[in-house]
Amino acid sequence: MAHAKNHDYHILSPSIWPLLGSVGGFAMLFGAVLWMHDITPFVFWIGLLAVLYVMFGWWSEVVAESRIGDHTPVVRIGLKYGFILFIMSEVMFFAAWFWSFFKHALYPMNEYAGSTYVPPEFYQVNAFELPLINTLLLLLSGCAVTWAHHALVHENNRKDLINGLALSIVLGIAFTALQAYEYYHLLHDKDWMFGGDKFFSNFFMATGFHGFHVIIGTIFLGVCLLRAMSGHFTQERHVGFEAAAWYWHFVDVVWLFLFFAVYIWGIG
Amino acid sequence: MADAAIHGHDHEDQRGFFTRWFMSTNHKDIGILYLIVSALVGFISVAFTIYMRLELMNPGVQYMCLEGARMFASDAVCTPNGHLWNVLITGHGILMMFFVVIPALFGGFGNYFMPLQIGAPDMAFPRMNNLSFWLYVAGTTLAVASVLSPGGNDQLGSGVGWVLYPPLSVNEGGMSMDLAIFAVHVSGASSILGAINMITTFLNMRAPGMTLFKVPLFSWSIFVTSWLILLSLPVLAGAITMLLMDRNFGFTFFDPAGGGDPVLYQHILWFFGHPEVYIIILPGFGIISHVIATFSRKPVFGYLPMVWAIIAIGALGFVVWAHHMYTVGMSLNQQAYFMLATMVIAVPTGVKVFSWIATMWGGSIEFKTPMLWAFGFLFLFTVGGVTGIVLSQAAVDRYYHDTYYVVAHFHYVMSLGAVFAIFAGVYFYLPKMTGRMYPEWAGKLHFWAMFIGSNLTFFPQHFLGRQGMPRRYIDYPEAFATWNWWSSMGAFLSFASFLFFFGVILYTLRAGAKVTENNPWNEYADTLEWTLPSPPPEHTFEQLPKREDWDKGHAH
Repeated sequence: MAHAKNHDYHILSPSIWPLLGSVGGFAMLFGAVLWMHDITPFVFWIGLLAVLYVMFGWWSEVVAESRIGDHTPVVRIGLKYGFILFIMSEVMFFAAWFWSFFKHALYPMNEYAGSTYVPPEFYQVNAFELPLINTLLLLLSGCAVTWAHHALVHENNRKDLINGLALSIVLGIAFTALQAYEYYHLLHDKDWMFGGDKFFSNFFMATGFHGFHVIIGTIFLGVCLLRAMSGHFTQERHVGFEAAAWYWHFVDVVWLFLFFAVYIWGIG
Repeated sequence: MADAAIHGHDHEDQRGFFTRWFMSTNHKDIGILYLIVSALVGFISVAFTIYMRLELMNPGVQYMCLEGARMFASDAVCTPNGHLWNVLITGHGILMMFFVVIPALFGGFGNYFMPLQIGAPDMAFPRMNNLSFWLYVAGTTLAVASVLSPGGNDQLGSGVGWVLYPPLSVNEGGMSMDLAIFAVHVSGASSILGAINMITTFLNMRAPGMTLFKVPLFSWSIFVTSWLILLSLPVLAGAITMLLMDRNFGFTFFDPAGGGDPVLYQHILWFFGHPEVYIIILPGFGIISHVIATFSRKPVFGYLPMVWAIIAIGALGFVVWAHHMYTVGMSLNQQAYFMLATMVIAVPTGVKVFSWIATMWGGSIEFKTPMLWAFGFLFLFTVGGVTGIVLSQAAVDRYYHDTYYVVAHFHYVMSLGAVFAIFAGVYFYLPKMTGRMYPEWAGKLHFWAMFIGSNLTFFPQHFLGRQGMPRRYIDYPEAFATWNWWSSMGAFLSFASFLFFFGVILYTLRAGAKVTENNPWNEYADTLEWTLPSPPPEHTFEQLPKREDWDKGHAH
């Protein structure tokens, strides 16, 4: 290059990841259609593997770039904007599920005989048993992330950063495990079905997508834990950790809405 | 003057073909890729409609036969194949909405020119930018695969309409519908990533001193469009995921047999669908502002109200969705609200239209090709906007709903609005992007053929709608024959002009006159992209632009 750049923005060299990721995504979705029509599950799995491989490769590269100093202060501001915007789009994704929930809960199809949001013959979950425990687990986990953040930013205390992150991950895994147990219990012992009624449709898709996000957030925190142990984060430079914390709080807030709306108000 | 602008041609591009076009992290190259692919998809999508207009040219079914689709009418027996008709109409809608207009305006021009206008060296996330493009290609492939794979009625493809309303979309057999749903998912992901990229670039990478209200109007339009995409497309993703669950896993979001509600889908879809209309048209507004200012040799009239009008249109676009559904049985209060809210949008839109007219007022107007397209846009978009006001009346919509009047209305806004804006942008920026000038006579011939052709296609459809011809049918009674014949003639003329357009582009690329100056128009094309060589070098603004490069005293 005849002229070196004279600004702080991040100019990247060409990369194969976007193309590979899109090919993988195409295979995954095309494969999902094949699978749903009982042709073969293999295309889906190959596509999924490709997508996961690209995620790993791509984000490893991002971490490496941050290590060699490509993420100048202005680039870090951009990364934060980008992540906040991503969370905003996620909020709107959940808006669709809550829209469906509130519609069906507030205005069940009255023209049809006996139509209520929760048909009386369905087993009714007590929100103040397992769901309440799950709420406390997730809120505590959010507190642990905040503890880790505080330890890093205000005390530069790597030990507490790691402790806080590890605790939040354990609590997150506990949440997922309890949620899985609740699903199993409801489907296996209480005659709930995966589909077949608008109540099940709303319940399983809303809590299911939330659970999926909890798993993603847990993995994100796990990556941050590994990076914290390798000493990647400093008092000034920890965009990845900050993003994970924001994501975790977002997942928390979605759960609070689920807990108060879907469990307490909707079922109770 | 930017460093790259002075030294633009002193180094050769070292990248190989594959590296440059398949692994790109360069906003200009990605913008060009978007424009090329959207032109090709546009050709497929237009070809569908030409076949449909051929079928509608005369009463009776002559071409889309169950015995086999024909290119020429013959005396052989022809059993009407309504499924084929429905597939083509669905394919046309989905391709145009998701895979042609947004990628051309937002992906193509937005990628190429927004960073240049604000003096940014590239996008905020150049690699993710390429992911947006390749996801768009993946989505297009899924959409085309949907048309060609086993679908409803034991034929190929899905014939459910681009809005994918249940119960039809839930009951349509085969894989085709699922492929279409995933196509929309992928295109949505592509657009959302693009929107995140654009917003971050706009907020974080403006040239030193360029405060928000000094940003050129096209960049503003891309910024507001990005917000609409960011906040509306995830909601659509939720809605079509519900469809997918209903179709394949026995869920009943929309199935009354399980307590579901098909009208819920319509609400969620149009909560996305109405902002989508502005996603399509707002970047066009931006391009038109620059073209009109340049060829009137005047700064754009009322810059600040123009910006606020874009913002207002974007915000209002989120609260008017149910005007697409007046006939589903909403309460009178709901209808009254959506009617009033819809009419309010006419105010900021009026601000824009009158500001464009005021920009031309007293200007030294030059009818170069881009200006012709902008002129055409202004007139035709206003016609479409005015019929929109007619349709916003819930009472009037009782009669016009699902007639050709609606078809005429939204094609005046999109086919004649957004598409004219795309062509205005293509001719305006072609010398900048390619370094070659198109032949002026060819551009003008393209314009007049398209202007006459598309008006001939769609203006008579107002009459057909008023006479009561319903949309989405393969056939019609004799009474509607005359205007349908003229409408088909117009479609053929428009198609011919589209083919001619490809010829113009190929000729320009190979043999167009070389553009040597940075700014081939005049000093009122005063945004930063005109300070760069034509075509711009691989890396632009390696030395960030100085205030005097872009802050023109006469501009605002």
